[in-house]
Amino acid sequence: MSAIQPTVGEPVSDEMALVQAAKAGDVGSFEQLVKRYDRNVFRIAQHITQNREDAEDVVQDAFLKAYTNLAQFQGQSKFYTWLVRIAVNEALMKLRRRRPERMVSLDEDVKTEDDSLPREVADWSPNPEQQYNQAELRDILTRTIQGLPASFRTVFVLRDVEGLSTEETAEALDLSVPAVKSRLLRARLQLRERLNRYFQKRENGDANRGDGNP
Amino acid sequence: MKCSEFLQELTNYLDGVIDDRTKTELEDHLSWCHNCYVVCDTTKKTIEIYRDSQLYELPEDLRSRLRSAIVSKCHAQKKAGSEGA
Repeated sequence: MSAIQPTVGEPVSDEMALVQAAKAGDVGSFEQLVKRYDRNVFRIAQHITQNREDAEDVVQDAFLKAYTNLAQFQGQSKFYTWLVRIAVNEALMKLRRRRPERMVSLDEDVKTEDDSLPREVADWSPNPEQQYNQAELRDILTRTIQGLPASFRTVFVLRDVEGLSTEETAEALDLSVPAVKSRLLRARLQLRERLNRYFQKRENGDANRGDGNP
Repeated sequence: MKCSEFLQELTNYLDGVIDDRTKTELEDHLSWCHNCYVVCDTTKKTIEIYRDSQLYELPEDLRSRLRSAIVSKCHAQKKAGSEGA
């Protein structure tokens, strides 16, 4: 079984030149950085806030905050990691504002170490995602990931969807590397377990289509 | 290697960041433990399905609207900065 390879290969060669030009006041160069990363910031923001309007606000606020504070970016990390850190903070603020009854923190550690140990082990159909049309699959995946605690969801999205390294994820979230690894494992296992009902192989070889109500 | 030990190493194994000796032990475990094989395989699929899912893609019209708003705010801020200087 081969290892999963991250998909983001960032074209960083000219990135520092764009950052330097933007620092010197060239808005056009900053716009190039926006074009490069706006899709990523939007995805991250919507995964965290689970709300489209909030995600739109986060994109604007995060880039504007980055522009305003460019002088603080010293280049010890990649620009993208620095930007993600800003965007995650903006998104968490939105989430807290929307759910004031429940403290939302990346520090929350949920239940015990055993909570994500597999309870149900069932093999899946060979191409489980093809058992559903695009809209059904989107709905399944969205609802499944929304069921994770924000702290797990955020780590999974940065690491597995956006392809940040473990170290970059730790830096963007201000967590230790072991904390990122522990949350990532539990997020992956919990998602797997929750997807079981939709993707597991039936006796006759068909996928169990579930009832659409997780 | 026990199943619980295998699970502890699962993330490192899937990410390809383990030493050769541990990798050999894990793959030996996988060769006879069907449950762990299934958990490993379906966890890998879970990651791939989410990675390929294109959830929350930014539509082009919204994208240019957001970008225009960001750029005009940057210009406004630059102008305010130079006037204030």
